[in-house]
Amino acid sequence: MTLPERPSPLGKRVSLFVTCMVDMMYPDTGMSVVQILEHLGVEVDFPEGQTCCGQPGYNAGYRDEARQVARQFLKAFKDAEVIVAPSGSCVAMVRHEYPALFADDPQWLPLAEHVAAITWEFTEFLVDGLGITDLGARLPEPQSFAFHDACHGLRLLGLGDAARTLLGNVENAVIEDLPEHDVCCGFGGLFSIKMADVSAAMLQRKVANIEASPAETIVTGDVSCMTQMNGGLSRRKSPKRVQHIADVLADGLQEHNDES
Amino acid sequence: MKVNSGQFIPVAQIAIHDRDLQAAVARGTSNAYQKRIRAMYGAGYEHGEALRQQAAEAKRRALRRLPELLEQAEAVMQANGMAVLWAEDGEEACRIALDIARRHDVHLVVKSKSMVTEEIGLNQALQANDIQVVETDLGEFIIQLNNEPPSHIVAPVIHKTKESIREIFVQKLGMQPTDDAGEMTYFARQHLRRQFLEADMGVSGGNFIIAETGTICLVTNEGNGRMVTTQPRVHVAFVGIEKIVETLEDFATLVQVLPRSSTGQAMSVYTQMINGPRRDGEVDGPEHVYVVLVDNGRSEVYATDYCEALACIRCGACLNACPVYRVTGGHAYGWVYSGPIGAVVTPLFVGLENATPLPYASSLCGVCKQVCPVDIDLPRMLLDLRSDVVEQHDDTFVWRAGLRVWAMVTRSPRLFEWGGVAARLGVRLTRGRLPGPLGGWTKSRDFPPFAPRSFRQLWRERQKAKQDEQS
Repeated sequence: MTLPERPSPLGKRVSLFVTCMVDMMYPDTGMSVVQILEHLGVEVDFPEGQTCCGQPGYNAGYRDEARQVARQFLKAFKDAEVIVAPSGSCVAMVRHEYPALFADDPQWLPLAEHVAAITWEFTEFLVDGLGITDLGARLPEPQSFAFHDACHGLRLLGLGDAARTLLGNVENAVIEDLPEHDVCCGFGGLFSIKMADVSAAMLQRKVANIEASPAETIVTGDVSCMTQMNGGLSRRKSPKRVQHIADVLADGLQEHNDES
Repeated sequence: MKVNSGQFIPVAQIAIHDRDLQAAVARGTSNAYQKRIRAMYGAGYEHGEALRQQAAEAKRRALRRLPELLEQAEAVMQANGMAVLWAEDGEEACRIALDIARRHDVHLVVKSKSMVTEEIGLNQALQANDIQVVETDLGEFIIQLNNEPPSHIVAPVIHKTKESIREIFVQKLGMQPTDDAGEMTYFARQHLRRQFLEADMGVSGGNFIIAETGTICLVTNEGNGRMVTTQPRVHVAFVGIEKIVETLEDFATLVQVLPRSSTGQAMSVYTQMINGPRRDGEVDGPEHVYVVLVDNGRSEVYATDYCEALACIRCGACLNACPVYRVTGGHAYGWVYSGPIGAVVTPLFVGLENATPLPYASSLCGVCKQVCPVDIDLPRMLLDLRSDVVEQHDDTFVWRAGLRVWAMVTRSPRLFEWGGVAARLGVRLTRGRLPGPLGGWTKSRDFPPFAPRSFRQLWRERQKAKQDEQS
């Protein structure tokens, strides 16, 4: 998918959209993002008015409700120069759906289009936005990883290999294969509640593939998929876990900081 | 065909616990998925994508000119000696079939695989009038014996193992038990050969109609399609009106993506181009060829924002790729078409109120659009249909109330923060077993405890520490 040319984010202040799930459930992942960005000399702020992108309502078919939440997002980020979020799914919502959601609303459409143009997924921001492929990070000891390509990042944003490139350049990180790495984990937001058993059957296949992978840790770019996969791994008493890419990269910087 | 799409969830649950079905569907879909990738992209990714976009454009061009192309095709087909009949709905299509059968004193009909005849319930209509109908596609033959509908657009018995097919042949036709698939196929072949020779009328579908030449194109693998359309005295082709393409050249494009996308073949074993009945001096072929152009709801869809769904060439690639279809199989969708395309067209054809669960039978992973040979934006349509469900007030009270409360809380940062505190407490109190409608989630997954403090709390503390440091 080709996206319109976006303004270069170089040298600009980053407004972190931490996403609702990271805010409530995984604050450390948000802090990992902040740590990595600041390590790279990027100024980071956190607009306090932010809540959620509105995707749960939008995907359930509740467009009026989604618009109400999306308006709050637009208000919160109206002064942002660049928006970065640790989630391909939420970024896809802002970038692809906001302009459509406000297509008939001349008051909000210009802001929706502006915000869509300046919003980046975290790994995409580092690699395509800042041109950084090597964080100079190092893990304390060799560890093996495999990637699960979260669907919206993969198919709606076309993220490609940004996360693999970043982790591949971390010293002591060994990249292995995950069978069916580009197949959905079955989360799908409210889908996993509305059709919980179907979602669980999809998860079962994902868990079997994770267990078949030689990697100790599975890495992905969305905490929502991570919650689903870890929920299945934990229930099956598997020793393996899924981690967010920002946390894995920040681990490498930790080592770096300790040494320096 | 009777619609049972409202029962998607309970039927899917049965399928999920059916070990044979799970094994058969997983194997069938994985094979087809892998073979598609090799066939589409064997000559390079760019080449495959270019072909896909060319095919998408050919179908869209045809859809834009659909009414005039249909008239053009009708005129050429009539000039070539075929009779063209128009059926507004399934009932009319069946009545036409009966009229033709009576006119030609037909007692036995042989059929090659056709989804549109499933849609209109043709077999039942003919059988109710004492006309025997025999499905001759191997998969369709098996499910006809077992009195089941197809569970896949291309591979109707994808849900069955070899062992269960053997049981059907043994019980229904007295086959000597064997484990060899080749022997089973040979047995079916012998049985069907007699039917081909005795049949008075052959019924087929049509993969494409070429408007400029009036040609009906059939893409098959088993040879039964060729027998059905040439051996009996009468051939009747039922074709949905959306199957029309402009030119022979467009057909040449589409016939490259269809087998590649459906069975992973560069070309199917048989590609037939039917231009009319037996001509003077020819030794074989039917005496009469009828083409029944079936609307059955298509014109209505044509006039909506869902028109693009009519570009579908019924390859089944989206079924094979869909992680939902892979675990539910096709019967859960409750009508003729299953998988992502079924989740879109079933509500459009039978009414959204009769198929409310289907637009939700997707995690919106987007793989269906990615594999579609004509690039139909299925995830977008699923989202639009969900919005239609809500606007028609077809969603349940619990969901309606839940999403309203969600919006009320989430549009206010302060309420949102309190909501987070409440959720954290709730998860702790319920010890990770979520209550009420959320309970399905924790039936088979563990929900993690929330972090003791939210990100925004951590951020505030961090900012405060920074300020203290500075002062």
